[in-house]
Amino acid sequence: MKRRTLLTAAAATLAAPRLSLAQNTRVLKFVPQANLSSMDAVAGTQYVVRNAAMMVWDTLYGIDSSFTPKHMMVEGHEVNSDFSVWTFKLRAGLKFHDGGAVTTRDVIASLKRWMVRDTMGQQIAARLDALEAIDDLSFRYRLNKPFPKMLFALGKSNAPMALIMPERIAATDPFQLIKEYVGSGPMKFNVKEWVPGATAVFEKYESYPVRQEAGDWSSGAKRMNFDRIEWIIMPDGATASAALQNGEVDWWENPIPDVVPLLKRNRNLNVDIGDPFGNIGSFRMNHLNPPFDKVGVRRAVMMALSQADYMQAVVGDDTALWKLCPGFFTPGSPMYTEAGGNLLKGPRDYEGAKKLLKESGYNGEKIQLVVPVDVAITKAEGDVTADLLAKIGMNVNYLATDWGTTGTIRAKKDPVDKGGWNIFHTWHAGADCVNPAPYTALDAGGDKAWFGWPKSDKVQAGIAEWYAAPDQAAEKAACVKINEASFENVTYIPTGFFLQYTAWRKNVSGIVKSPFPVFWGVEKS
Amino acid sequence: MFAYICRRVLATIPVMAIVALFVFSLLYIAPGDPASIIAGDQASPADVERIRAALGLDRPFLVRFATWLWDVLRGDLGTSIFTNLPVTKMIGQRIQPTVSLMVITLTISLCTAIPLGVVAAWKQGSWIDRFAMVISTLGFSVPVFVVGYLLAYVFALWLDWVPVQGYTPIEQGIGPWFANLILPAIALGLIYMALIARITRATMLEVLSQDYVRTARAKGVAQQGILFVHALKNAAVPIITVVGIGFAALIGGAVVTESVFAIPGLGRLTVDAILRRDYPVIQGVVLMFSFVYVLVNLGVDLLYTLFDPRIRY
Repeated sequence: MKRRTLLTAAAATLAAPRLSLAQNTRVLKFVPQANLSSMDAVAGTQYVVRNAAMMVWDTLYGIDSSFTPKHMMVEGHEVNSDFSVWTFKLRAGLKFHDGGAVTTRDVIASLKRWMVRDTMGQQIAARLDALEAIDDLSFRYRLNKPFPKMLFALGKSNAPMALIMPERIAATDPFQLIKEYVGSGPMKFNVKEWVPGATAVFEKYESYPVRQEAGDWSSGAKRMNFDRIEWIIMPDGATASAALQNGEVDWWENPIPDVVPLLKRNRNLNVDIGDPFGNIGSFRMNHLNPPFDKVGVRRAVMMALSQADYMQAVVGDDTALWKLCPGFFTPGSPMYTEAGGNLLKGPRDYEGAKKLLKESGYNGEKIQLVVPVDVAITKAEGDVTADLLAKIGMNVNYLATDWGTTGTIRAKKDPVDKGGWNIFHTWHAGADCVNPAPYTALDAGGDKAWFGWPKSDKVQAGIAEWYAAPDQAAEKAACVKINEASFENVTYIPTGFFLQYTAWRKNVSGIVKSPFPVFWGVEKS
Repeated sequence: MFAYICRRVLATIPVMAIVALFVFSLLYIAPGDPASIIAGDQASPADVERIRAALGLDRPFLVRFATWLWDVLRGDLGTSIFTNLPVTKMIGQRIQPTVSLMVITLTISLCTAIPLGVVAAWKQGSWIDRFAMVISTLGFSVPVFVVGYLLAYVFALWLDWVPVQGYTPIEQGIGPWFANLILPAIALGLIYMALIARITRATMLEVLSQDYVRTARAKGVAQQGILFVHALKNAAVPIITVVGIGFAALIGGAVVTESVFAIPGLGRLTVDAILRRDYPVIQGVVLMFSFVYVLVNLGVDLLYTLFDPRIRY
């Protein structure tokens, strides 16, 4: 064999798998936002788990892009005049991936598990007289108080979702992860090929009964144009960027801001805002520990806090990616309001803040600022906060740690000298902040509230008013009250609204803007 | 010799026991909580607490340690807190990519570094010597991830010769398997190459100045024979020691390399498990790495006897 022939053969051998990979239009290679470490979107609320679960499990209702619930697994429903008796009928012929028929036994078991974990589910449980099967396809909720938001609760895409599982799986303790991944959604989860931390494979469920209505977010036709969807977990942004440019992957859910200009210059790629509801940055104070147990101290910090500083630190100079958000609800959503948010607007008042701090009794106590430095967003927020607090004369202890440790520290109600905390940062998905139901961070129920344990009867009254609101006008009025009360109490301080890009190869079409990656309707040429 | 091997293998038992106790204690005291990660950012504190209890993380140290140790003694490394998959299965999924990476790295490193060190010593002070030393200094100084990015940019993105990332199992063809691993192996092997080349050069310089080498030359033995048969064999003991020690560095480097090139190996499994506080996986992987390291050291000790007949155990 001549040397050149040998070299050509060797080169062809090396290139062969890449050619076949590029030519396969029935396989979508997707880089998710994070590692898919588990597969239970009821026991956990991680977005990446929810995104995977939405392919595998179906819901009774789906939510479209106007946040309207639409029939999915149900054929229809009836409700009495005061929204306290809801009767549902399932579509006939629904089957799980293992071939078992979907019956009301599965639905009731699934809903019972979900109601323990979800805020809206808990609201239903608190009103529940009975959740009963009428026959294999019909079931009924009987409540002792009205619950007008029933359809939204059953269809919402905020985790924990009301995913319908076979009864034997749904019988799992709601605080333990399920061990079997059988759903009735458009894709099956291939457990054999699951390498946690590296790859997750979903295969088309051929018997999925696609609805006739047009697909819109989690509602309507979930028509899959791929036999396989491979999730490839890439911990390194630069590697994911190179892989996308090289055609080794088709779609990268959340490119890191540093490489976006490079991706935008590549003529084979599309780069656009993925989730129009973006995220709201959060400056979270512990209302139990001094000095933030005093509302004056919390307000003083808000007077000096510049959202622009936070947003530039989080997403950089791309002004298309962020905006000021002097409100608690998602900008652009129907409930958004700036009522009560004046303290976050206009020039920042450092002197006023110093004065208010003094008047509120701040005496230079050490502020324990917990900063998870392994997450770019929280690291950026923490750095800005350290600078801000120093500017207004607060004594900051910057505790650099990782996200896992923050999870432990923030759960402590102890004083700072016994391992407690004063401030940590996070961010809330905008889709979770469109109304009070999935918005855990807004709750001001004191001891039972989210970390920081804020307490405000006015906020809680507003939330209760929203739950009882019969129409959107009444909902908006309730949200205005919640917004004002939340600013008055400084439940937390929003540090701004920011968006993230998504990037995909130009031979992929059908990608829509949504709070979660929508795989149905996507095609590859 | 056989008795020695038996003694050394038995000696691994207390070593592994100490490692097990150390790792378990370290994880117990270390802050962090898998329950809060499972629950997700939006979960309430009460939910996190319930998940902790359901996972058994609220049980006393001794109870947890005894349960884990008993399982390990029965060959059961436990189940991942997150995936519910057996730790042994998760390690099994990841062994091939890491072993493949190690084998290619070792092969490239040894095949390059030893001749380079020998030639550098032979031509001491020449441009070859200086070139070899520059390369090895670079290998020491440039971090693995920088080399990785540079290699990926040039050979994958620019020249489009090999893929940027990923791993193809060897069963799917040697070509794709090798194509996926060549860049990571070079990136990972550079520091190893530098280490071995330097130690080979230094040892060879010492050996080449010995009387018996001069005698061999006087007898008319060919240069290649002097270098690779007489001198290298006598210089082998320190080189083998460094190869053994370098193995630990290789395991550490694999963590970074596997992340940069998205290789689903044991290094990434370890990092992911640590970040998530997946205790059974961390404990299992560290135990396995310790065992492998003990075996490598045993192998090194046995190799001494092969190259230096004066060494007896």
